[in-house]
Amino acid sequence: MQIKTKNLLKKLRSSRELSLLLVLVFLCLLIQLRNSSFLTPKTIGDMLKNYSTTITLSLGMMSVLLIGGIDISVASSLAFSGMCASLMMRDNVYSSTLVMFLVSIGIGFCCGMLVGLVVTKGKVLPIIATLGFMNIFRGATYIVSGSRWVSAYQFQSAFKQFAQSKTLTFGLINNLVFITLVCYAVFFVIMKWTRFGRRIYAIGSNPEAAAVSGINISRIQFLVYSIAGAFAGLTGAMYTALYASAQSDMGMGMEMDVIAACVIGGVSLSGGQGSVTGVFLGALTMAVIGKALPLIGVSQFWQTAIKGAIILAAIIINVLTQRAMVKNALKERDI
Amino acid sequence: MPTKSGRTIAATKEKSLKSVFLRWEFLLILLFLIVNIMNASISKNYLNATNLFTAISTFLVKGFIAFPMAYILVLGDIDLSVGSTVALSATLLGVSYNAGLPMGAAVGIALLCGTLCGFLNGIILTKFTELAAMIVTLGTMTLYRGIAEMILGSQSTGGLQNVTWFYDLYYARLGTVPYIFIVFCVLAVAFGFILHKTTFGRYIYAIGNNRLAARYAGVPVQRVRLICFTLVGLICGISSIYYASWMGTVRYDIATGYELEAISMVVLGGISTAGGKGNFPGTVISIFTIGLLKYGLGLINVNSQTILMIIGAILIIVVTIPNLRFRKHTEKHALASSGTAQ
Repeated sequence: MQIKTKNLLKKLRSSRELSLLLVLVFLCLLIQLRNSSFLTPKTIGDMLKNYSTTITLSLGMMSVLLIGGIDISVASSLAFSGMCASLMMRDNVYSSTLVMFLVSIGIGFCCGMLVGLVVTKGKVLPIIATLGFMNIFRGATYIVSGSRWVSAYQFQSAFKQFAQSKTLTFGLINNLVFITLVCYAVFFVIMKWTRFGRRIYAIGSNPEAAAVSGINISRIQFLVYSIAGAFAGLTGAMYTALYASAQSDMGMGMEMDVIAACVIGGVSLSGGQGSVTGVFLGALTMAVIGKALPLIGVSQFWQTAIKGAIILAAIIINVLTQRAMVKNALKERDI
Repeated sequence: MPTKSGRTIAATKEKSLKSVFLRWEFLLILLFLIVNIMNASISKNYLNATNLFTAISTFLVKGFIAFPMAYILVLGDIDLSVGSTVALSATLLGVSYNAGLPMGAAVGIALLCGTLCGFLNGIILTKFTELAAMIVTLGTMTLYRGIAEMILGSQSTGGLQNVTWFYDLYYARLGTVPYIFIVFCVLAVAFGFILHKTTFGRYIYAIGNNRLAARYAGVPVQRVRLICFTLVGLICGISSIYYASWMGTVRYDIATGYELEAISMVVLGGISTAGGKGNFPGTVISIFTIGLLKYGLGLINVNSQTILMIIGAILIIVVTIPNLRFRKHTEKHALASSGTAQ
């Protein structure tokens, strides 16, 4: 019996996902105590729907962080692809929601390819390259839209209905939430059981060893940045569907939320560490915090500061646990 | 045998590096002249000294930040929190003045706040050396901006120009030369001198070239980094004072995008983002090049979003070009030396 609890404790300490899940449950209960309307199906459903964009975008960021890079241009490519796809829908180039999503994903993919090209062929540090592209894509969004909105009445009604209905699962869950879950399921399989996924981890944990073992690093890097761009495009379409309007400044600052979700989920910023489950829990934590702060009466002006503090706390806790783990590993080897 | 081959490689590398930088500086001055000729041909009044100094003063406010940012990039680090630090310092300055404190004390608080923000960045980075500067300053960028938002909300704090000497900080001139320009020149000389002529400056280059080797050579790596990050904070404090004097009112969302401009100025000046390379005069030239380019684009009514886009494009092009050129050299070296290097 004693051994069993000891094992459980050990498992808890070593498994980041499990401890994060406990923190999340604890957080939910705490909020529930302060405001009893939190743990109701409606609130939870609204929360998942409203944060489906952030949760989905976290996947793209995760894959970039896993190879030891970073992409702070995702929010801008989200706005650019969402805006372009919306403008084309407004001008009756197409009317189908599916085509709109595909176009948005395509444009996002091209944005990501551009970033990937500069990072791999130009050998530019990812942070510098994406800092530049953040402004280029944002500026391009303002230019294509002429600083005007695409408002709800300019969209097809089927598109406006899409984010509020449950057609994809025949009335089971919201469409956007369904898309998010599908993305996570696919990514879970890719990261865990495909050659591509394992190569991403290999490059992140030791690029030199990966190169020696015959992995084409720059090709994988290029693909990963393109995928991150495609996720930004998908999220751009989801964002416009959710709010039934496209604005030039949409998603501003979202890259921070997404990075925070990854960091809380245990993705290491030096690459090679992190799991899809962890990122899901991290993104969920961010969503709970974002939804709950107004519910328990915290002013909206405090949210940015709290977010920043959470990011800092999460990365510092990551380092501390890592140090403890290394120390433990050394201790065990001693014996 | 190995020492000999090592020496020859080092010698050729230094030579090629030198010629690249000579060309880079030449290119920069050429660019600077092109921008000026372009501006002068757009507007007849451009070369009037009073107008020119008015234009220059506006970008000197953020130009200051490029000085310590150059140190940070030579170190091989990065600081993305500068814009937020300026916003927080300026917010505290405005709030404390409007709370009834004398202006002198408010200015002191702004300087202190900036320094503390930089110090916090530095202390986190030196206590947790595993962390990259990028992610820590990305976090503090959100945190500092958030605190400013917490203090001010959607409001602004104004009336700062009612104090004459504070108004004069930005607007007063010695003849036609504004005082801010003189301060800028003095700081430029001081920062350049420290980087190129003192032990501290050599430490910065040593750390940027190879942090581990520098540590083994007895360079106090973490202390130098801490000082540099604190210096960034202090200069952000100074910049925030000039911003407040210039605008007279402060909101929490001021100075967004300063990090992009400061980094662009430094990188265009020829300082490598990978650390250890580049020199200071290039940075000073590129502060004026970018500043005057923006002014010229404003003259022909290009909107601010497009200008930001152009700056972003310049940043990427400038960083990409030398890498494409350098790669040929390194590939040649790799072929010349043994196969394990690759």
